[in-house]
Amino acid sequence: MALPNKPVGELKATRDPKVEKRDVDVLIIGGGMAACGTAFEIKKWASDDTKILLCDKAALERSGAVAQGLSAINTYIGANKPEDYVRMVRNDLMGIVREDLIFDLGRHVDDSVHLFEEWGLPIWKKTDDGKNLDGKKGMKSGTLKSGATPVRTGKWQIMINGESYKRIVAEAGKKALGADNILERCFIVEILNDKNDPTRVAGAVGFSLRENIVYIIKAKVIMCACGGAVNVYQPRSVGEGKGRAWYPIWNAGSTYTMALRAGAELSMMENRFTPARFKDGYGPVGAWFLLFKAQTVNGLGENYSASDDAKAELAKYAPYGTAAVTPTCLRNHLMMKEYKEGRGPIIMKTSAALAKLAETMDKKELKHLESEAWEDFLDMSVGQAGLWCATNTEPEKKDSEIMPTEPYLLGSHSGCCGIWCSGPEEDWVPASYKWGYNRMTTAKGLFTAGDGVGCSGHKFSSGSHAEGRIVAKSMLQYLAKEGDKVTGFKETDAELVDFVYKPVRNYLDHCDYSTDQNVNPNYCKPAGMAMRLMKMTNEYGGGTGTYYMTSGKSLEILMDLFEMFREDLEKIGAGDLHELMRAWEINHRLYTVQAHTRHIQYREESRYPGFYYRGDFMGQNDKEWFCFVNSTYNKVTNEWTMKKEPYIKIIAD
Amino acid sequence: MPSFVIAEKCDGCKGGDKTACMYICPNDLMVLDPNAMKAYNQEPDQCWECYSCVKICPSQAIEVRGYSDFVPMGASVVPMMGTEDIMWTCKFRNGVVKRFKFPIRTTPEGEANSYDSLKGKDLYSGLLSTQEADGYVLVAPTELA
Repeated sequence: MALPNKPVGELKATRDPKVEKRDVDVLIIGGGMAACGTAFEIKKWASDDTKILLCDKAALERSGAVAQGLSAINTYIGANKPEDYVRMVRNDLMGIVREDLIFDLGRHVDDSVHLFEEWGLPIWKKTDDGKNLDGKKGMKSGTLKSGATPVRTGKWQIMINGESYKRIVAEAGKKALGADNILERCFIVEILNDKNDPTRVAGAVGFSLRENIVYIIKAKVIMCACGGAVNVYQPRSVGEGKGRAWYPIWNAGSTYTMALRAGAELSMMENRFTPARFKDGYGPVGAWFLLFKAQTVNGLGENYSASDDAKAELAKYAPYGTAAVTPTCLRNHLMMKEYKEGRGPIIMKTSAALAKLAETMDKKELKHLESEAWEDFLDMSVGQAGLWCATNTEPEKKDSEIMPTEPYLLGSHSGCCGIWCSGPEEDWVPASYKWGYNRMTTAKGLFTAGDGVGCSGHKFSSGSHAEGRIVAKSMLQYLAKEGDKVTGFKETDAELVDFVYKPVRNYLDHCDYSTDQNVNPNYCKPAGMAMRLMKMTNEYGGGTGTYYMTSGKSLEILMDLFEMFREDLEKIGAGDLHELMRAWEINHRLYTVQAHTRHIQYREESRYPGFYYRGDFMGQNDKEWFCFVNSTYNKVTNEWTMKKEPYIKIIAD
Repeated sequence: MPSFVIAEKCDGCKGGDKTACMYICPNDLMVLDPNAMKAYNQEPDQCWECYSCVKICPSQAIEVRGYSDFVPMGASVVPMMGTEDIMWTCKFRNGVVKRFKFPIRTTPEGEANSYDSLKGKDLYSGLLSTQEADGYVLVAPTELA
C-alpha cells in the first residue's frame, strides 16, 4: 500500500502543458441550448471565410441543463400574444424585468420549437375530442408549424417526449457548424481583454480535460453561455446526495464570472431561484400541479395556500401577490410560513389528484395516465423515479413531500440574474436599453444568451436556443463593423500557462511534504474549498440553514470570509486534470455567489420573499428600489462597484 | 444516486482511446483504469444521475445505486435505449415492477435538418434565417405602456 500522497485521478497533470493556439473570428464558449442555437444559426449569415470555434467543457450530445432530457418545453407562445408573455414574466419576477429582451424572445422562440419538431423531437398533440397523444402517435395530427394543437399544461408550456431533446438539438448544431469547428472537453476559464482597449474582448484561455494542453485563443467576438450556478449554497443533502442538485451540478457560474472579470456589468444578481420540488429527488412538480391538478396541504392536512390567512399574506405583496397567478417566490413564501409556524411538512396529494382523474377514465386511459406521471420523472429526473421505487411510492396510493431547495442562480428558468445586455436596435426600445448590438454585454464584443442574459427569465430551453440564434446575427454585425478594432491581448503565452496551471504547480511543489495529499498546509483542495464556500453562504448568505434569511451584519461577515477565500484560492492545488477542472469551477463559483450576495447587501429591501429575506429590510420598498441593481468588478484592483439602473416600463398592464 | 460499473460486464470499450461513458459524462466523472481495462465513477458525490453513461454503455455495464444518504436499498431503474424509443424497467423495494416505453425521436439519427444550404439575406434585420425564409414579419409591441 503506497502512501496516499499521490494524485488519485487517472489523467495526471504535468507541470508544463503543451500550448495550442487558435486564431478565430468568432468564439462560442459553452455547448448547451443557447450555444447550440448559435451553432445552428451562425453559418447561415457568416461569409465562408469566417473562422468560428465552439468550446464545450463536456460533449455537446449531453451537455448543459438539458443533458438528461426534459418532459416539457416551457416556453411556446403559439396563439398567445408576446405582450402577455412579457406580463407573465414581469409579474412572476416581481415587476423588475427587461421587457424589451422578453418581448424579443417571445417573437422568436416558436421558430426554434418548430425546428426541434422537424429535427425529430416528439411533441404531444391534442385530438379534436380532447385526448392527449404522445409525440409519436401525434405525428398524424401534423406539426405545430402546420397548425396542430399541442398539449398545454399551463398557458405557456407544452408536453414532449424529451429524453433525447439535447441529442437532437446538438446534432443539428454540430452538423451546421461542422465537427472541425468544435472543441469538446475544453474548459475556457478566463476571457481576455484587448491590449489597446481594455473595454473590448480579444480572446480567451482554457485547458483540455483529456491531455495536458492549454488553449490560447485569439477571437474578435465572443459568446459566453455556460449556464447558471449550482452548488454555490450548501445543498440539503450533503453526502453522496449532493450530486442530486435540481439544476445541473456542472453549472459553476462560469458565465457570470468570466463576463464579470472581462469588465461586463452584471444585473439583478440578487435574484435567485429556490424551486419547491419533490423532497430529496428534486423531481419536477409542474405536471403534477398543472396537468394532474394536484393540491398541496400542510402537515395538518389543510389546503394552506387557499386559506384566508394566506390571502391576507399575499395581499401584502400586491399587485404581484394578488395577481391571477401567484409569483413563484410568494408560493414559496407561503410554504416557509407553514414550516416556521410548525405546520410542516408540505405534502402533495398525488393520490387524490389521480383518483379524481380516474373518475372519468377507462382502464386503458388510466394506464396511460400512470405512464404520463412516470415519464415526467424518467425524461428529466430519473433519480426521483428511483426514490419513488426505493420508498415503495406509487403516486396513486402514497403521497409525496415537496420542499423548497437550496438557492440556485440562473437567468433562463424562473430566475433573472445575469449580465446587463443591449436590447434590439429598434424604435420602441428605450435608449438606455440599447447600445448597438442585440444581447451584447457592456464589454465590447462579448455576447451572452440563455442563463447569461439578466432581467429576462422564463425563456427555458426553447428560449435559450432562440436567444443563441439571435446572438449569432448580432456577433456577425459586430464583426463586420468593429472586428478590425480588435488588436489582441497583452498576456504572453507563459503568463497564461502560469495562470491556468497554477493549481497544478501548487500541488506538485508541495505534495511530497505530507503523507496524505488531501491534508497539506501548503495548499487547499477543491473538494474542501467547495464545502467551505457552501458553508459560509448557507450560514451568512440566506441559505436553507436560516430559512433564506440574511441581514446586513451577516453579509458583512460573509464579505470578509469571501476575501480570505479569494486569497486562499491562490493556493489551490490540483494533481490531475479532473481536479484542475474542479479548481477552476470553485474559482468561478466564488465570484458568482459573491456578486449575488453583494447585490442582496446593496438592495435594502426583500424583493423576492420566499427566495430570500433581508431581516433588517423586510418587505418591498418601491420608492427606493423599483430599479435594477447593476455591478462591475475590477480584477486588477479587486474592487466592486454597485449602482442603481432605472427600470422603464414598455408594455401596458 | 451515483452510477456504478459492473466489473464483469465492462470491457473498457475494448481498448479504444476513450470509453463511451468517458466520452459522454457531462461532469467528467467516468474514467478508465487502463491496467484493469475497466471504467469507474471517480466522484460519486458529484453524480447528477443523468443516466447519460447508463444509456450509452454498449455493454449495459453501468447502473445506478441510490444515494447512500437518503435512498433506501433494493430498488433499481434501468433504461434500454432504442433508436426510436426508450424502455424503462422500474423495480420497487417491495418487488413491484413497472415497465414503460416512451418515444425519443421521430427521425433517423443523424438526419436532423441543419439547413446547410440556407443563406440569410439581411444581416441587419431582426429575423432568424428560417423566419426570413418563411416570410415571417417581425412584430413590434402594440400594447405599449
